[in-house]
Amino acid sequence: MNAPTEVIPLAAKDFKSDYKPVWCPGCGDYSVLSAVTKALAMLNLRPENVAVVSGIGCSSRIPAYTTCYGFHGVHGRSLPAATGLKVARPDLTVLVASGDGDGYSIGGNHFLHACRRNVDLTYIVMDNHVYGMTKGQPSPTTEPDWSSKLAPGGTGLREFHPLVIALASGANFIARAFSGDPNGTAHLIAEAVRHPGFSFLEVLSPCVTFRPEQRQWKERARPAPVAATDDPVRAARRILTDDGFNIGVLYRGHRAPYKAASATPTHSPDDLAAAFST
Amino acid sequence: MTAGNLLLEAAAQAGYYALMTRTSGPQIRGGEAAAMLRISTFPTDGQADGFQVLAAIDWQNVARFAAEIPLDSSSLVIADPSQGEPPEVFLRSGAQYARVPFKELAKQHKDAWPNMIALGVLGGLVGLPPDALERVIAKSMKKGVEAGIAAARIGMAQAATLEGYRLAAAPPRTPRWLITGNEAAGYGALRGGVRFVAAYPITPATEMLEWLSPALAKVGGTMVQAEDELASINMVLGASYGGVPALTATSGPGLSLMTEALGLGVAAEIPAVVVDVMRTGPSTGIATKTEQADLNIALYGLHGDAPHIVVAPNSLADCADATEWAVGLAESLQVPAIVLSDQYFGQARGVIDVPARNGSVATRAVARNGEHPYLRYAVTDSGISPMALPGAQGCAYTADGLEHNEKGTPSSQAADHLAQMDKRARKLTQLDPGVRWASVEGEGDIAIVTFGSCTGPAREALARARAGGLDARLVSLRMLSPAQPERLLRALQGVKRVLVLEQNHSGQFLRYLRAEGALAGEVRSLRRPGPLPFRPAEIHGALVEWSRA
Repeated sequence: MNAPTEVIPLAAKDFKSDYKPVWCPGCGDYSVLSAVTKALAMLNLRPENVAVVSGIGCSSRIPAYTTCYGFHGVHGRSLPAATGLKVARPDLTVLVASGDGDGYSIGGNHFLHACRRNVDLTYIVMDNHVYGMTKGQPSPTTEPDWSSKLAPGGTGLREFHPLVIALASGANFIARAFSGDPNGTAHLIAEAVRHPGFSFLEVLSPCVTFRPEQRQWKERARPAPVAATDDPVRAARRILTDDGFNIGVLYRGHRAPYKAASATPTHSPDDLAAAFST
Repeated sequence: MTAGNLLLEAAAQAGYYALMTRTSGPQIRGGEAAAMLRISTFPTDGQADGFQVLAAIDWQNVARFAAEIPLDSSSLVIADPSQGEPPEVFLRSGAQYARVPFKELAKQHKDAWPNMIALGVLGGLVGLPPDALERVIAKSMKKGVEAGIAAARIGMAQAATLEGYRLAAAPPRTPRWLITGNEAAGYGALRGGVRFVAAYPITPATEMLEWLSPALAKVGGTMVQAEDELASINMVLGASYGGVPALTATSGPGLSLMTEALGLGVAAEIPAVVVDVMRTGPSTGIATKTEQADLNIALYGLHGDAPHIVVAPNSLADCADATEWAVGLAESLQVPAIVLSDQYFGQARGVIDVPARNGSVATRAVARNGEHPYLRYAVTDSGISPMALPGAQGCAYTADGLEHNEKGTPSSQAADHLAQMDKRARKLTQLDPGVRWASVEGEGDIAIVTFGSCTGPAREALARARAGGLDARLVSLRMLSPAQPERLLRALQGVKRVLVLEQNHSGQFLRYLRAEGALAGEVRSLRRPGPLPFRPAEIHGALVEWSRA
């Protein structure tokens, strides 16, 4: 018999790969990466048992910057890929990384259905209210009057409210974090991972290149003045009426997570063929 | 449709081969539909030249599919006079008209339905044993068994008054299945090892999903109904990345949505199988009817240079083997594979000989713990590099649609792009499909080259030609990508004339064969778009005419 191997607890650095990120200096996503690695260490997980799934965009570069298994797929489809992975491999811890363009625009439909399907995933959206990778176009969370080359004078469109949409669609855990507080973000990520079902964490993560004014977010972000609620009506009111900078867990539901059909075989395919026999 | 299925089951029960194809209008439920049944003493994948009997419960909207029901002067139309005269299109054929008051006869027994009367008439007319009819009614009807049997008896009694089309004696009994193409494809998928399916409902693929949903649960797999086809193919890639062989089924509109993600499967080398049950296109087309017009998108629809597998079943039974084969190819080569089935096969239900097993299914090369340093995309001679599955220690990597180096790190360097392109291409160029690449039959210096559901009628046309002293060859391609021009040229050695047969408007198959330089001799195209299937007589006619020219 093999002697039991001693399990040495891992540190955050053990979850960080040696790849140099493509992000701009000062990008909020560096802190989100730190928070992810801290959270995984806090959760006492092993990198090989964690998968980080993403789509396309600045934030979606995160998987390869970790030592976990990564899946850097096509634009907007991180949630379906993660859903397939988690349903097929329930033993894994699956994190999904996205941004406001990837997650709320091209991937918007999947967001609704991931919330209602309630597969045990942790969905981290780094929201900077701009398309960074394509160099500064308005996203669904961009303010209507933000002027850009593509939309001089602004889009005139009201912002999308991801947290309310998550709540209305059935997300089981809704929180807001600020990348300027990596420790707080790490705790929120750990809590989201622990919470069964679909956990949604919106992280305010400034783009200092195309939205330098977002440097001010650190003045505005503050802990939510109230504790998390499990009452969706109360949560909706709070989320709709706050100024978008209340940080913390805003809703914690009790819905049972998605349960895949039995994984225990009772038949072989040949057994099933008996039904075709004349 | 119920009566058609029961007649099919009764024929199977009585020891016959049979094939039922179906056509229906666009209505959601009820309305016009035709079950087109061929009962035979030999296995068949095609309809005959025409129908000997047309039984019409009513004539509602029959024009929508009258062209799909060819009759001639030897045919018999059985219809209820209370529903009006048979439409001109049928009488013009010279067919005899027998008036049978289905509705009136149904009143003879409580809860009897006109379609069950018609079932009895047809069964009695062709001489199916009454107990075969009664047994299938008892077995297959969820309710109204007693009334159903009574109605069938009334119908059989009525049939005694009609001139009969007696079936020849049934052939000796052999092990057979009664199966639809969609069921066969689903079964082939499970046999190939598929244990995860994600899909979005679409006609005419939905029945495959409905068969797979409970079947997967029994074999320890799972099905997810996705929010759209973009989701289903990405779920498939996610599951497969996790190590579980995965599949989705769709039709043309869904395949169009999936092409971007299929490119990801190529780049990140993730096995995935898509069964495309083709229907008429473009756009929504005729959702309920068949066509072979997705060949181009299946072959060329992915952006970039994206080598992948395309196979096509060429019989109802082959829906099982072709799908199983596709799963093995996808898994062993770590590429996406598209199976081009169609509505004709998918929704056809027929009696087939129990298909032989084609040996073991190829599986995925998996990297084990402790292979250091792990190079996910190692450039190998075969192009295949062992794939680590999440959970394997020391092998973590990021599967990426970005071009990458051997380790999987994103790279924009020309040399890495070339090396990885070569590696991915090599997986397919070195593939030896063995005898499964095509069905090659017959001799002679004239040949039919075709694929998919055109094969059945072509095979029958060839048999007819042979009986008439004209030898001809049939090459029905099963492997469409990677193309097999050398094999095709070898199969066509000595052939002077090639008739390329396909069911689409633009000659997609002909253009593909020409582009691959896979044709020899003089070439003619026999093609038309769906939904009308080719019938043996017209293929035979084209062969004979050309052979005399």
